[in-house]
Amino acid sequence: MIRVLLPPHLRTLAHVGHEVELELQGPVTLRSVLDALEAKYPVLRGTIRDHVSQQRRPFLRFFACEQDLSHDSPDTMLPDAVAGGAEPLIVLAAIAGG
Amino acid sequence: MSGVRVLVGTRKGAFILTSDGRRDRWDVSGPHFGGWEIYHMKGSPIDPNRLFASQTSGWFGQMIQRSNDGGKTWEPVGNKFVYDGVPGTHQWHDGTPHPWEFKRVWHLEPSLTNPDTIYAGVEDAALFRSTDGGQSWEELAGLRGHGTGPQWQPGAGGLCLHTILLDPSRAERMFIAISAAGAFRSDDDGKSWRAINKGLRSDYIPDPNAEVGHCVHRIAMHRSRPNVLFMQKHWDVMRSDDAGDSWREVSGSLPTDFGFVIDVHAHEPETIYVIPIKSDSEHYPPDGKLRVYRSRTGGNEWEALTKGLPQQDCYVNVLRDAMAVDSLDSCGIYFGTTGGQVYASADAGDTWNPIVRDLPAVLSVEVQTLP
Repeated sequence: MIRVLLPPHLRTLAHVGHEVELELQGPVTLRSVLDALEAKYPVLRGTIRDHVSQQRRPFLRFFACEQDLSHDSPDTMLPDAVAGGAEPLIVLAAIAGG
Repeated sequence: MSGVRVLVGTRKGAFILTSDGRRDRWDVSGPHFGGWEIYHMKGSPIDPNRLFASQTSGWFGQMIQRSNDGGKTWEPVGNKFVYDGVPGTHQWHDGTPHPWEFKRVWHLEPSLTNPDTIYAGVEDAALFRSTDGGQSWEELAGLRGHGTGPQWQPGAGGLCLHTILLDPSRAERMFIAISAAGAFRSDDDGKSWRAINKGLRSDYIPDPNAEVGHCVHRIAMHRSRPNVLFMQKHWDVMRSDDAGDSWREVSGSLPTDFGFVIDVHAHEPETIYVIPIKSDSEHYPPDGKLRVYRSRTGGNEWEALTKGLPQQDCYVNVLRDAMAVDSLDSCGIYFGTTGGQVYASADAGDTWNPIVRDLPAVLSVEVQTLP
């Protein structure tokens, strides 16, 4: 079981609470977790990464286990603590703007 | 008794204001999509309870929301706007080539005949169409493929396609406008386009009479005379009597001819409205007085409408999609300000009252006249 924390506006869009849980088969990477997230909550498609390029939206970042994973390859394996469900993957929105 | 529904898009959500035909008492619903920028909302003219909203965010991108019950409930529909083929480049602010990049939907224009068909004007400038109620979107690429496309350059607000006018008498004809490319017309249902900027003069661009490059802020038409178009350009209020083939200036007696909005009285095709703004470097009304100007002669001769509007210390702006008219017997005029006020006149502009005073900055105002 993978745990993902979403920023408030995405929770509202997906009608979920603070944290969502995903079941994942195979390697646990940023790409596979986001694929599973978007499969379970299609409304999130295009809100975290671009529809076509799959690039992370500029004002969002990915953190886990106190590490900034935002610039890692999407195919890098996530930490074991994330893969095992002990720690969440955090999708963090920049605190910016008015 | 008939009524009106005013759809207000703001920097921090959508609001729906409803009243009966007297238009003196209002119910306010919202914010819907709180915290998101709502660039535009509009209802289908043939199914008024079907509404579409452009919900956008610098963080999370673009959403399109649809309601089938007049805005009581909403559902997200398709948000995938992908340019047709290899997008190519337009000009950046400094004149260098810059790839087309989708940023947001500025304007949604439902079809006059089919509630499942809707057009979207987007930044960077392009026109998209959905024929399945907003679930999927396809670019009408002939516009961006116009030979002048690589010369288009953003205005201060971005390279936005902000105006879409559908000709009620010729289904295959539509008009669009882009800041800062200009106005374009299609006579074949959006397949091909021609620039319609002859007569526009913009002294702030290298060739003031260029085919494209004019910062058109808004175009309006009366549905009974779709060949007559009125334009608020960056500077200058313009008029065309030949579907945009040529334009002439009708700024006439206005105190300043800079502004964003322009609209036409629902029953008097020669009665038009603008809100003069001091200048492009001072986006507020002249002399701190918020005045709507009305011409009953299709331009040139203008009268200030001030009753009920602040006439001192007022420094709000009125953005390009933030004026609309209803079609009740006594035509109602509405506009929203960057200060969060939505003003309404139930007597064609003679007197005004604020419906609400303290919304977030208003981006757009549309009105539906309900049976």
